[in-house]
Amino acid sequence: MANLKSVTIYILRGLTLLLAVSLLSFVLASASPISPETRYRLSHPGVSDENVEKMREYWGIDEPPAERYLGWLDGILRGEWGTSTSYRQPVLDVIGVRFKASLALMMSAWALSGIFGFSAGCFMAVFRDRWPDRIVRRICLFMCSIPTFWIGLVFLAVFAAALGWFPFGLAAPPGVPPEAVTLGQRIHHLILPALTLSFLSFANLALHTREKLADVYASDYVLFARARGEGEARILFRHGIRNAMIPAVVMQFGSFAELFGGSVFAETIFSYPGLGAAAAAAGTGASDIPLFLGIVMFSSCFVFIGNLIANILTQAIDPRTREGAAA
Amino acid sequence: MKRLNRRTAAAIGSAAMLAIVLAIYIGGAMIPDSALQADFSQRGLAPSATHLFGTDFLGRDMFARTVKGLSLSLAVGAAASAMAAIIALAVGVAAAMGRSAVDHAANWFVDLFMSVPHTVLIILIAIALDRGAAGMMLGIALTHWTGLARVIRGEVLQIRAQQYITASRGFGKGSLWIARRHILPHVAPQFLIGLVLLFPHAIMHESGLTFLGFGLPPEQPAIGIILSESMKYISSGMVWLAVFPGLSLAALVLLIDRLGNTARRLFEPREAQL
Repeated sequence: MANLKSVTIYILRGLTLLLAVSLLSFVLASASPISPETRYRLSHPGVSDENVEKMREYWGIDEPPAERYLGWLDGILRGEWGTSTSYRQPVLDVIGVRFKASLALMMSAWALSGIFGFSAGCFMAVFRDRWPDRIVRRICLFMCSIPTFWIGLVFLAVFAAALGWFPFGLAAPPGVPPEAVTLGQRIHHLILPALTLSFLSFANLALHTREKLADVYASDYVLFARARGEGEARILFRHGIRNAMIPAVVMQFGSFAELFGGSVFAETIFSYPGLGAAAAAAGTGASDIPLFLGIVMFSSCFVFIGNLIANILTQAIDPRTREGAAA
Repeated sequence: MKRLNRRTAAAIGSAAMLAIVLAIYIGGAMIPDSALQADFSQRGLAPSATHLFGTDFLGRDMFARTVKGLSLSLAVGAAASAMAAIIALAVGVAAAMGRSAVDHAANWFVDLFMSVPHTVLIILIAIALDRGAAGMMLGIALTHWTGLARVIRGEVLQIRAQQYITASRGFGKGSLWIARRHILPHVAPQFLIGLVLLFPHAIMHESGLTFLGFGLPPEQPAIGIILSESMKYISSGMVWLAVFPGLSLAALVLLIDRLGNTARRLFEPREAQL
């Protein structure tokens, strides 16, 4: 199993980072030129001065910034993340509901890019430096240059508008009560955003896997395997995939930050009711600062968990990294 | 014709790519406002010889708008990647030359900026600076220096172990003198290549953030603005509004990426085989 001491150190380090993230984001949000009072008036049109005064007191606007920060941090730790000004619901409730939708999207995109990206990488490595490799590599390099939101627009134009195979957006047909939505309908709505989100990481993973596998093919032990008379398929499955799998899995778990960032675009374009779209919406207009800060903290935890799993998996799968890992 | 050797070919190639990038930038900056004006007699035309990329719902020529948008992207991208590269240079050199506490602190800051999804952090910085180009550039710069800082740190550590550095110390030269006279000149190519390779990321983030409404203002024909406007017209079949500006952006990003990698082959022939 993984080295317990190094994992503990990693977790402690992550906690100090999360604390720093909370301070950084709080300072940034406080630096915003629009005052909380203006924001409150914007998001609650026609509110009475009396209520504004109450909110000032409730938020502690007149307190010194350090006290406000500590008060907010205390709330975060106790699970009281404040009230979203655009949803008029507790921030944690909004994040919970939205994240469930996002998780379905992100995990399908993650699995798609993982399986197909790895397979494409293996394909390129098997045909390394011959024409199939060159073509697929060109395509992957081009895919790396395409912004996520643009490919989303193209999918929308081609598969939703021109061909009509998929719906224009949302997570379920409009007007259907949530409990009546079938699994098939959900999947139907999920396909285009998931493809959009997996686009970039697919290309990255494929190129990465190709390099790793090409290194394996250039190694002495593969030369020796050839000399023993092992066939191409045997070499690929016995030596190639086993060695290329570890960095690929680690890379996939380490890509949670890009996954979340991509979901902001994919969900906004397809009006998918997830956390990414909520983040983009919370930033626009009067800015729903409590919700946005909540999303910053939540997404940082999400990224941290991905990196932690990558870290543990590396040590669990690859015995070489275990020695001296505690250093 | 005699076959060019690879070095000459790479030099000519990068000069040509640089020329194209400069042409797009200057061309976009020189487009007169009159070419971007609405012309209601020319609304919603498909691409043709007179309007290469077609016209939009206000009859504006999409080719002129796209070139202008790419030029804006280049300006924002250049500023953002220059800022990011300078932060990376400062942190990378400090981490490698300073005491171990400085190194730890630098490492910790790298981790800090990698622990929030970039898009989320850029939006937060954009909100803090009341949106607009300045906030976005700062946001992109603050989220993109980390990778290059690590590369520069590694490079400097390697140079520091060389014998001529030890000799220099023996002659009584201080750390700053060594950093300026021996280390910076060796790091300079890495730095410049790193800067060029940051460019594509900066441009993609710029267009994405502008698309979401956190970047350049809607009066500017930025690619992000063009694409977000096109969303309303895609269902009515005016797909050229999205296709050509987006493809041009992708082509520009690819071009700059190629430029950076070719330049690396020129400067560091040993490390960049392949």
